[in-house]
Parts: sequence; C-alpha cells; structure tokens
Amino acid sequence: MNIALHNDTQVALSNYVLQLADTNLILAQRICEWCGHGPVLEQDIALSNIGLDLLGQTRSLYQYAAELLDEDKSEDDLAYLRSERQFKNLLLVEQPNGDFGYTIVRQFLYETFQQLLLTELKKSSNTQLAAIAEKSLIETNYHYKWSAEWVIRLGDGTEESKSRIQKSINEIWTYSGEMFIPCAAEQLLASISIIPDVAALKEAWMRKVKTVLDEATLTMPENMYMQQGGKTGVHTEHLGYILAEMQYLQRQYPRQQW
Amino acid sequence: MSPQINLEEQFQAKIDAEIKIEPKDWMPDAYRKTLIRQISQHAHSEIVGMLPEGNWLTRAPSLKRKATLLAKVQDEAGHGLYLYSAVETLGISRLQTIEDLLSGKAKYSSIFNYPTLTWADMGAIGWLVDGAAIMNQVPLCRTSYGPYARAMVRVCKEESFHQRQGYEIMMTLMNGSAEQKEMAQDAMNRWWWPAIMMFGPTDSESSNTEQSVKWKIKRHTNDELRQKFIDATVPQAEYIGLTIPDKDLKWNEAKGAYDFGAINWDEFWNVVKGNGPCNKQRLEARQNAHNNGAWVREAASAYAEKRAKRSVTAEVA
Repeated sequence: MNIALHNDTQVALSNYVLQLADTNLILAQRICEWCGHGPVLEQDIALSNIGLDLLGQTRSLYQYAAELLDEDKSEDDLAYLRSERQFKNLLLVEQPNGDFGYTIVRQFLYETFQQLLLTELKKSSNTQLAAIAEKSLIETNYHYKWSAEWVIRLGDGTEESKSRIQKSINEIWTYSGEMFIPCAAEQLLASISIIPDVAALKEAWMRKVKTVLDEATLTMPENMYMQQGGKTGVHTEHLGYILAEMQYLQRQYPRQQW
Repeated sequence: MSPQINLEEQFQAKIDAEIKIEPKDWMPDAYRKTLIRQISQHAHSEIVGMLPEGNWLTRAPSLKRKATLLAKVQDEAGHGLYLYSAVETLGISRLQTIEDLLSGKAKYSSIFNYPTLTWADMGAIGWLVDGAAIMNQVPLCRTSYGPYARAMVRVCKEESFHQRQGYEIMMTLMNGSAEQKEMAQDAMNRWWWPAIMMFGPTDSESSNTEQSVKWKIKRHTNDELRQKFIDATVPQAEYIGLTIPDKDLKWNEAKGAYDFGAINWDEFWNVVKGNGPCNKQRLEARQNAHNNGAWVREAASAYAEKRAKRSVTAEVA
C-alpha cells in the first residue's frame, strides 16, 4: 500500500478491486465455454488468448484485493468461496454466450469501456492500481481491436450475419448502461481521484461504439431501459449457475490443495 | 530400367541417406497417401483432444489450474493448425481434411473417446496421454517428410511441458486428502490401459508398420514404443504412490524391462470402430462447431471480398 487510507476508503477500494476482478473472471469463465467449439481454429485460439489475458488480470486484481482485505485470504478464496450476492461483476459479462456474434458484441462493448477506463486508471494516485491498469491496457487494446474488427466483419458480411449481429446488439444493449452508473464505492473513490468518474466515460464510449457500428453498417439502439445491479450483487439468474459450476470442487472438498 | 523405377530408387536412396523429402520433391503415391492419413489423423487428434480437457475448464479447482489448462488446450489447437498446414503441403486443403473428420471417414486417436469424469483425469491425461504421445512423437521429429518433422519439433516441446503439468496435478492429489488420493488412483485405473493402447495394435497385427519403417516415417514399431513408455512410467507412478492396474506387471531382469499383462484388444477395436463411450459425442461436438460456425466463415469471406473490390474501385477511381 502506497498511502495510508481511511477505513472507508480502504473498504471502497477493496470492493472496487473485487468488482474489476469478478467482472474479468466471469467473462473469462464464459470464454472458457467456447474452447474447442469456435467457428474456425484461428478464432478458437484468439478467444482462448483473450480468456488467458482476462484470467491473468483477474489474478493480479484478487491478489491486490486480498492484500487490502487483510483477512489472510488467497486469490482462490476470493474466486471460489464467495457467493452470488457477494459477486460484483457487471451483468453484461454473465450473459450466456449465444452465437459467435453475441459473444463478439458482448466482448466489444466491454473492451471499449475497459480501454477508456484503464487509460484513466493507469494515471491513478494508487500506484498498485495504476500498475495493474497499465499492464492490462496493452492486452485490452488487442481485445478491443479483435472484437471491433469482428463486429465490422459480421455487420458488413452477409445478410444473415448482419441480421444476427444486429439482433445480438439489440438484445445485449440493456446491459451496457450499468458500466457508467457509479456505485457507492466508485463515487467515493472518484471523489478523491483514485479512479475516474465512470459516468464521464459514457460520451467517449458512445462515440467509439457508434463509429464501429457505422462502419459495420449496423444501427445503435436508442433510449433503451438499462438494467443494473451487478455492482451491488443483484444479478441475473445466470450467475448462480456459473458459480455453482466454477466453485464446485472447492465447495465439495474444502481447504484442500489442488 | 523404366523412369518410374529410377525415381523410386532415387527416393529411397534419399531416405536412406537421411535427406528430408520436401513438398515439391517426387514421392511415391503410397508415401504421400500414408503421410496424408497419418498427419491428418494426428491433426484431428489434437482438435478432438481439446474436448475432453475443455470439459473441465469451467470447473478447474483454482485460478492457476484454470489458466494452465486453458493454455494447454489452446496449445493443442495450435498443434492442430501446424499439422493441418503440413497436410496442405501434400495437396489436400484444410477444409477437405476437416470434412473427412466430420463425415467419419478420417480417424483420430481413440483415447479421446473416453470420458473425463473427475478433476484427476486432467492429471492422468497430461501425464499418461501426453506422455504416450511424446513417446510416439519424439521420433517423428526425425521423420523423413520435412514439414512434418519440423512441425513435430515444436509440438514435442510443448507436449513435454504438458506432461510435467499433468504429473504435477497427480502429485498434488497424492499429497492431499484421502478423497483426493482416491480420485487420483481412480483416474489411473481408468486411463492406464487406454493410454498403452495409444501405441496401436501389436506389431504382428499392424498393417502399416513395415513399409512406414522402410520410408522412415516411423522409426520404431508400436511394441517398442509401448515397452519404452511402460518402463518410463512405472517408476513415476511408484514415486507418488500410485498403483498400476495390472497384476501381471513385473520387472524382468533378463530383458531389462517390465513384463505386462494382456491388452484387451476387443475394447481397442471396438473404440476404433466407433463404440467407445464418447465417439458419438466427440464427433457431434466437432460437427456442431463446424455447422454453427458456417455463417461466421461465410461472413468473413464475404467481407474480405467486398473489401478487395472496394480497394480495386478506389485504385481505378
């Protein structure tokens, strides 16, 4: 820890780091479901690459969260021994994979946000968060590029691909607003400039997404109602199943080495 | 002497002199066919082999294990890619090769038709299945066909890493609770015999061995490799306290190798013929991936065509 933090700040920071870690982990978990089932070998490999990057980021974040929590917890305790209401991931990333186009849109909306967030976060006064952000951003830039290129390819590909990916955009859009609605931890941390104000990232995000959708000849949904709750642990019904599957060995055989 | 005989003699002379055969060199039809069959089977085994391990990605018991397993399965996809490319140098497109797998015409290693039932199976597969694959594949780094030999050098490096990871999973379980030890022994019991069947039928029953050895596609017979694998693996099992499920297994001082019990060849041939516990599921998974991905591949080619046209138009304008 580089600066002595007030107790409230410390709690907010650990919650925030968990939120970042949980989001990456749940998305990686979804990506794992693709492995061996991709539409073409090269893209199977690309998806696994992204999954590996996200898992790497997850581990750095949980390790930092464990330090902040100071309860003698390991990265695996945080991933495997917390329950549905304790997970703080965005609703967006827990949505089922759908077809390849749906997976691409989910990834694209998330990585576009991550790119903006990490660019700010690497300037954080919290040096540990800044270091994790700086390292992650290099990977995120690649994820953004890969997913944006696929949005364009599928949007401007065949009629079938265009109608499929447009449908995915329309379905998933309702989960995109949550990224820009700060929770209490984010508000507190933004007020002391440890993290950026996420609401302020929305405009740039809309612009970037619009540019890619335009090139892909796709339409951006307008004025849609936005779901939220992930950051405070109120999830869609999907998360329970993800955790049941992911955590089962650790739950069934507690306190073992693997 | 007819020119054909002359070419064949020159070809064999090259092989005997350990000169690699390259894609543009003359080669007998049967040599080309044997290689296409063997390399494509190998490629398919890598791709189908992603499935049994992929089955545990979402349930890996720690973040480190999850990442390591994902990296391993991704390596297998990479191996598939090099090997499909090696087949392409023999004049068969990747699509054709894949279609032969999906139609059931081409085979892949039968080991992947067994189910992965517990986490310990990730250890057993890494240690025993990758271990057996390495025994088969190390000599292939010197195989007579250049592109295959070069692909195998890279594959083998990664496989030996996988084998160590698998053994380490088993070792961790054997140092763990009674339940973990039981899980490891159970995996050993289920994977041992299928693993030693991976070397293929016994030499007297193997139709391909003799010619393949003459062409230096193969450098050792199935039985030689199987023996080598058993001799290397038994001490590793003993070291971590695992029992090999073969009551006839015994060190034979005179031959300096282990004697082992009879292999159930009925089971072997049944799995080869499609009656293994997962043959149907594995093939279906590959067919689904291919069919569900068709619209994505079509979109990618349509987009590439549009772009090419646009850039031509731009140049003309």
